[in-house]
Amino acid sequence: MNGRIIGISGPTVSVDLKGLRLYERVVVGRAGLMGEVVRLEQERAVVQVYESTRGLGVGEPVTGTGTQLTVRLGPGLLNQMFDGLQRPLEAMRAAQGPFIRPGETGAAIAAPRRWRLAPAKNPGDAVRPGETVGCVEDGPFRHPILATGAEGRLGAVVDGDFDEDEPVAMLEDGRRIHAFEEWPVRLPRPYRRKLSRFEPLITGQRCIDFLFPLARGGSAIFPGGFGTGKTLLEQSIAKFADVDIVIYVGCGERGNEMAEMLDDFSVLADPWSKRPLMNRTIVVVNTSNMPVAAREASIYTAVTMAEYYRDLGYNVLLLADSLSRWAEALREISSALEEMPGEEGYPTYLGSRMAEFFARAGVVETIGGQVGSLTVLLSISPPGGDFTEPVTQACLRNTGAFFMLDTSLAHRRHFPAINWFQSFSLYESDVAAHLDRLVSPEWGALRQRTRELLQREESLREVAEIVGTEGLQDTDRLLMHTTEGIRRRFLAQNAYTDDAFSTPEQTCARIRRLLETHDAAGARLGKGESLSEVLGGRA
Amino acid sequence: MRLSRHSYSTLRSIQGPLLFVEKVLDARMGEAVRILFPDGREAEGEVLRIERETVLIQVIGDSRGLDMDHTRVVLTDAIKRAPLSLAMLNRTFGGSFQPLDDLPMFVPDRWAPVAGFPMNPVARERPQQMIETGLSCIDGLNTLVKGQKLPIFSCAGLPSREIAARILEHARAGEGAAARPAAGSVVVFVALGLAYHEYAFYRQTLERVRGDFVAFINLAKDPVVERLLAPRFGLTVAEYLAFEHGRDVLVVVTDMTNYCDALREVSTAREELPGRRGYPGYLYSDLASLYERAGRIKQQAGSVTLLPVVTMPEDDITHPIPDLTGYITEGQIVLSRELHQRGIFPPVDVLPSLSRLMQRGIGKGHTREDHRETANALYMHYATGRDLRRLEAIVGRDGMSEADRRMLDFADAFEREIVHQGEARRSIFETLDLSRALLGRFGLLA
Repeated sequence: MNGRIIGISGPTVSVDLKGLRLYERVVVGRAGLMGEVVRLEQERAVVQVYESTRGLGVGEPVTGTGTQLTVRLGPGLLNQMFDGLQRPLEAMRAAQGPFIRPGETGAAIAAPRRWRLAPAKNPGDAVRPGETVGCVEDGPFRHPILATGAEGRLGAVVDGDFDEDEPVAMLEDGRRIHAFEEWPVRLPRPYRRKLSRFEPLITGQRCIDFLFPLARGGSAIFPGGFGTGKTLLEQSIAKFADVDIVIYVGCGERGNEMAEMLDDFSVLADPWSKRPLMNRTIVVVNTSNMPVAAREASIYTAVTMAEYYRDLGYNVLLLADSLSRWAEALREISSALEEMPGEEGYPTYLGSRMAEFFARAGVVETIGGQVGSLTVLLSISPPGGDFTEPVTQACLRNTGAFFMLDTSLAHRRHFPAINWFQSFSLYESDVAAHLDRLVSPEWGALRQRTRELLQREESLREVAEIVGTEGLQDTDRLLMHTTEGIRRRFLAQNAYTDDAFSTPEQTCARIRRLLETHDAAGARLGKGESLSEVLGGRA
Repeated sequence: MRLSRHSYSTLRSIQGPLLFVEKVLDARMGEAVRILFPDGREAEGEVLRIERETVLIQVIGDSRGLDMDHTRVVLTDAIKRAPLSLAMLNRTFGGSFQPLDDLPMFVPDRWAPVAGFPMNPVARERPQQMIETGLSCIDGLNTLVKGQKLPIFSCAGLPSREIAARILEHARAGEGAAARPAAGSVVVFVALGLAYHEYAFYRQTLERVRGDFVAFINLAKDPVVERLLAPRFGLTVAEYLAFEHGRDVLVVVTDMTNYCDALREVSTAREELPGRRGYPGYLYSDLASLYERAGRIKQQAGSVTLLPVVTMPEDDITHPIPDLTGYITEGQIVLSRELHQRGIFPPVDVLPSLSRLMQRGIGKGHTREDHRETANALYMHYATGRDLRRLEAIVGRDGMSEADRRMLDFADAFEREIVHQGEARRSIFETLDLSRALLGRFGLLA
């Protein structure tokens, strides 16, 4: 199917091609740019182009592909860096040099590899959909190959090497089982059912694990103005989270930050498995100067890969930095389509698109009967640090946890700058029992105590602002001394030192120590000693 | 490739710098256009949008004098490019790359599209070599590194001009601790919407720059559209010098607020939907297309470091321009009206200031082993002192403890002795020595 470009406006082009379907992938112009149909009219179709439209001319050819925007799923994704359309960045660098030039398709540069299958089934065995046929070594990662959508008796199974495009097994009736598949990014992958089972996801960040715990299969957002340490927090969690697979999306953010992260990740080890961090990580990068439409797609590319690993029965964590840039890309495309704008110029479907996206998180029973989870953690960059803006508000309706990053904490160099009064986690009660059992039976009680102390400090601080700390009673001054310790030595965590990661046991021991010291000092005050004696002259 | 010359006089309308031309065949997005005025003048333009045979063209330069009947538009089949050659070093150009220094135009070695190409994230080298600006508040507490983009957030009436001039004159990309004037460094200066007296000021500054420079000057009286083009010329030149000739390039752009206002003006004329405060919804992406060009490339010499000056309208850091800038850049240097009124130069408020890439650029092998702890101590104690000032305003100095009064004195001394440095240039070692002496005097050295 061939047509021509009849108009160009920002990242969108109009084409005179008939018979296209909505969200069909289209090849645009002589340079072969990738695009996706976003609107159909009688006389024309509008295509959002995933690359810079600079230099594109009216009259250049357009071809429909008959398929939607898909990602390729299979072994070999780990330890890789992709752009928003799943094109391998290392291969692009090797082919084009340090700058990205439009019009190179990923398939052309990523040469197919040979893989080795260790079969788990023999010819003659019965397979059910989603059952493991064999395993492929992807670095140190054992990658199961599932029988997707195929049920019956196996006629043949590869034992040993196979090419990427060859089937790994064949059923007696001739249907083939492939190790690789293409999946449309905008379509959630199927599972048997969703489970409402919540286990804690340990992030290694004391403030989160202790005060606002995260659950596997849950979702969390952390909005914050610039300089509140969103990216650093997100990267710390990507390094230390207790999950099998991490997918990190740099969505419309800084290139230098990605360089730093890739540099760090290449030398660090996963604290849980002790293996190199990159072995469990996939990075999707679309920096702020890369094309806007690909930024919109990058989130879907990433979540589809995340679902794929979930379907293999793993615990997957998807981190995106930042969702605001995704929403802005949506707004930019919507504006180029001259759609009626909603709040702050965002399209009115912003809320429903987000709800759909959040719905892709969860704990599921896979087709094959295993349990896998997909947790979603999103940073948000509210304009002017104002949380009443549409993106934060739309997220708050969908998210299970909210870590509010506080500019005033960041100015005091308190990181992670999570505000302990405004943040919340809806998983708290679900995972509390787990943590009491896994870590320590006092976990819940310690948390309650800490909360109360911090709350009390807040009201005392107001008094102290007026009368000065000197004017407070000794017990109150002791309390403020303790909470300062809690803030400085417990809630704050330096991401550049060994303290960047804290196991639940370490977290528990540390807060227990702080509270015990507080109680002991309180007892001495009760016996009539002065505060300066109790604190050793450091009042 | 077109076989014949495309020339049109089918104008539908003229709105400020924008022309709608009808019955155009095969126009290309971003294509450069020559516009022939009725009086024989010529100007350049660029294709902004195409809808079938109607093309929207932005005039670069003065659009006064255009008419509907005699104006002709010639499509050149090329996208906007910058001429490149080492012969442009130590020259001053206007916003359309026309020489302003009475010398003839150089002969370009080659041409490069001004929009540039995004750097592949995996090709980026992590920035970690310090650039010494000679200002303690930056070098000591908010260290700038090669490949970083670090804006100066100023307010109307604050001496951002003097600070920019000082940095132009004094910044040295050093190799490690030995901060000698590197032979390979170049400053690219881009001035947008400059008043004439400011131009005179910067001209004198450029004469004092010891290394090489390239300047692009767009005056307040010059066409608005040139303000959108000049930074792109500057950055294209910077990339050429950095990545083809291995130079360390520091790009100083002043004032980005004028750039954003020009973008808003053009966007409104294009009848686009306005976003916050009337700025277009793509302001973030547009700013990123400039700021993200700073960086270094793995296994290659050279770097592009970007220091944009942003004047915050109404002193408001949440205004879209500083806000979106802060989201893209790796930190910010914030100026304070209060410090300026107390006669402190440079009036940098170090508390909201930040250099995100500082950690890797300082310490042993980069600056000095004690850099990090010294900076942290200064920052922490100054923050305490600043907090106490609020208390002092309520209870008075006499109502405060001895320890609190000492911290108040420390904060004052820090501002007067470390932040304030008047005309002097301080090396990083002088900054660190002074800082340690100050901390020592207050008994705050660990």
